[in-house]
Amino acid sequence: MIATVTETRQARGLAARWRATATGRSSGFLVRWGALLAVGVVWELLATRSRSPFFPPMTDILTRARDLWFSGDLAAGFVAWDRVQVDLVPSFTRLALGWLLAAGVGIVAGVVIGRARNLADYVDPLVHFLRAIPPPALIPPFLILLGQGDRMKVALIAFGVVWPILLNTIDGVRSVDQVQLDTARIYGIGVRRRLTHIVLPAAAPRIFAGLRISLAIALILMVLSEMVGSVDGIGFGILQAQRSFQYVNMWAGILVLGIAGYAINAGFLRIERRVLAWHRAEKGGAR
Amino acid sequence: MARAPRPDRRELPRWGRGLVGVIVVVLLAEAFTRAGPVNPAYLPPVSDVLLRVVELLTSAEFLGQVALTLQAWAIGLGLAVAVGVPAGVVLGSSNFVYSATRALVEFLRPIPSVALIPLAILLFGLGTEMKVSLVVYASLWPILFNTIYGMHDVDPVAKDTARIYGFGRLAVLTRVSLPSAAPFIYTGVRIAAAVALILALSAEILGARHGLGQWIVAAGAASRADLVYAGVVVTGLLGFLINWVTVVGERRLFGWQPALREAQ
Amino acid sequence: MSSRLLAVEDLGLTYGTGQTAHVAIAELDFAITTGEFVSIVGPSGAGKTTLLKCISGLLPPTSGDVRLSGQVVDRVPDRLAMVFQDYSRSLFPWLTVGGNVDLPLGRQGLTRQDRRKRVEESLNAVGLAGFAERHPWQLSGGMQQRVAIARALAYQPEILLMDEPFASVDAQTRAGLEDLVLAVRERFAMTILFVTHDIDESVYLADRVLVLSRSPARVVADLETALPHPRDQIETKERGDFVHLRGEVARLIRAESMAGASNAIP
Repeated sequence: MIATVTETRQARGLAARWRATATGRSSGFLVRWGALLAVGVVWELLATRSRSPFFPPMTDILTRARDLWFSGDLAAGFVAWDRVQVDLVPSFTRLALGWLLAAGVGIVAGVVIGRARNLADYVDPLVHFLRAIPPPALIPPFLILLGQGDRMKVALIAFGVVWPILLNTIDGVRSVDQVQLDTARIYGIGVRRRLTHIVLPAAAPRIFAGLRISLAIALILMVLSEMVGSVDGIGFGILQAQRSFQYVNMWAGILVLGIAGYAINAGFLRIERRVLAWHRAEKGGAR
Repeated sequence: MARAPRPDRRELPRWGRGLVGVIVVVLLAEAFTRAGPVNPAYLPPVSDVLLRVVELLTSAEFLGQVALTLQAWAIGLGLAVAVGVPAGVVLGSSNFVYSATRALVEFLRPIPSVALIPLAILLFGLGTEMKVSLVVYASLWPILFNTIYGMHDVDPVAKDTARIYGFGRLAVLTRVSLPSAAPFIYTGVRIAAAVALILALSAEILGARHGLGQWIVAAGAASRADLVYAGVVVTGLLGFLINWVTVVGERRLFGWQPALREAQ
Repeated sequence: MSSRLLAVEDLGLTYGTGQTAHVAIAELDFAITTGEFVSIVGPSGAGKTTLLKCISGLLPPTSGDVRLSGQVVDRVPDRLAMVFQDYSRSLFPWLTVGGNVDLPLGRQGLTRQDRRKRVEESLNAVGLAGFAERHPWQLSGGMQQRVAIARALAYQPEILLMDEPFASVDAQTRAGLEDLVLAVRERFAMTILFVTHDIDESVYLADRVLVLSRSPARVVADLETALPHPRDQIETKERGDFVHLRGEVARLIRAESMAGASNAIP
């Protein structure tokens, strides 16, 4: 429990300061993307020099990515939907389903357990142990139980990422300030409203930290499960490309996965920032 | 009208409740797996699995595989620390480099390192080098990121004070900046330790020649479900152990930190 | 005789059992009539906060009774409001100032318009007109406490409990807040029970001062202040009867603080 709290507190403080330290908005923007561009250029130079088939030039990778997933068709939004349907949609659908399932179960169960007086103590050791299982190790048992299909992947992701959400929710709910709860009782705020208006908002920062950690783990499980046994998806695509010696395709897949991972993360952070705007402002980014 | 005094409530201590919880769940699971709807070939009784766990933990052959996983884990983690900490110190000292690397790290962090397993297999085959390379890659980022931030966040007042008292640049670094950044660096190592285990096991599950992950997959291929679950329990124990050691270490080394005290 | 709004009879509260039992309150009796301003003052650790928790229904007593308007208090009564000492923890940071004041009004069957009016009026009454859209952490400590007071006002309680509300505020702000409470009491004819460790404050604000003993707490003295209204921070405190009364309270408290273990119930 202590590990979770410290990690999330430090990690959030770090992430907040990391983002907040900008050398001015516009110049920060330039520096950021300039650095990325620089890496791309360096890669290009080294790759064309070395001519290693394993590290194709960035331009090749980019053009292949364009060829694979983009079309010249304006009506389709310039996207090659047939390939995207096979490569990208299944992956992220499974990811979304698994993660949302875990979030729903984790938060609801976490609130129930956190609010019950000693229930958390009964449940803690078991939940901590389950959380400690490295997610990849869950793949063989899930293969045995559910085979190789979509159902297995969604269940795997959900089971693998529910624990940080559950633990953080329990922790957040248990740490609601007693003064706030007393105030609620004084002013006759009923149990249901207490939950929605006080307990959940107070626990929200910790819950979101758990959701963020879970998102990262979910991404890992999504990719791994597709490499172990799948007929579609981006992880499957990357592995397939490697096995059929199509190294440029492999890198295109890695690139797209990276961009998607970045976008998902950025999107989540955006949402978190809005929901927890009061919290960030209150803490003022202080440690 | 006097009210009756509160009854004497003798309650279970916290560890007692935890124990009760575990026992209850294990008993329920046992009942479910023995009498339940799932074919025991797919979901063997809990007692069987636990027995296998005990057998495995006393089996030299199995422990050898575990050792191989831990070997890749340790070497990779060690290399990541050896490279990441000095690099982080250097990068964290300059404001410009800090902002520049921010973008890079923010972009590279969300890329699941597991996506690079096929590449690693391509470059290094299925042996230990492949595992170590993946572990190093994945562990590097949390260590680097945390070190950079820890260095960047050193209180300038503390540094100025040292300079006034005649500390040279190197002394400021070793006597002020590093100790101040140490808790953050340690957190990075703690996160990296967990990530490293994930990558090592992932590589093994996807085809590495040796290791605990590979052993579990082999058990699955031989239709020994009980061994598979037992192996998973062992990975849980391993993960738990690594986490416990790092948390205790953190408390020992940095117990004075207010954030930790608050958490307790 | 005007109605007894609050009656505390033979109140007792003991924490823990057996060897580790701590008697916080023992045989405490007093009553408050409607419209009175009663302050409770006592040495540190006397159990003043515990007393308020019992009166408010947050903590059930181990013996004795609290009655509000004749009804025994066994849970938090409907028409009771409380202002806590730690304002930063009692206001909800995810709500605006207006949101905080409005939150308790949900159960009172008011239309949305009525609620908005009440919030506006309460904020005006405490001098925070126009601050409804701000967030609590954007305000100073004194202003946050005003929000807490506004929230209690909007609730329109029968009785207002205040638990050392100005202890965490600087002296000048405190003076302003004290006068605010007096003004609000005047305007809304409120019944107030005010706990403090500040002797001057207890005499300045109240119609009656109850002096508590050391733990286990009992009422040691029940003094009428009989000071004229309106009160003034400088003029009232220069009056002979104020000084005399203040001195009496201070002596009682000093005696209690030094009395030590002899007051413990065997």
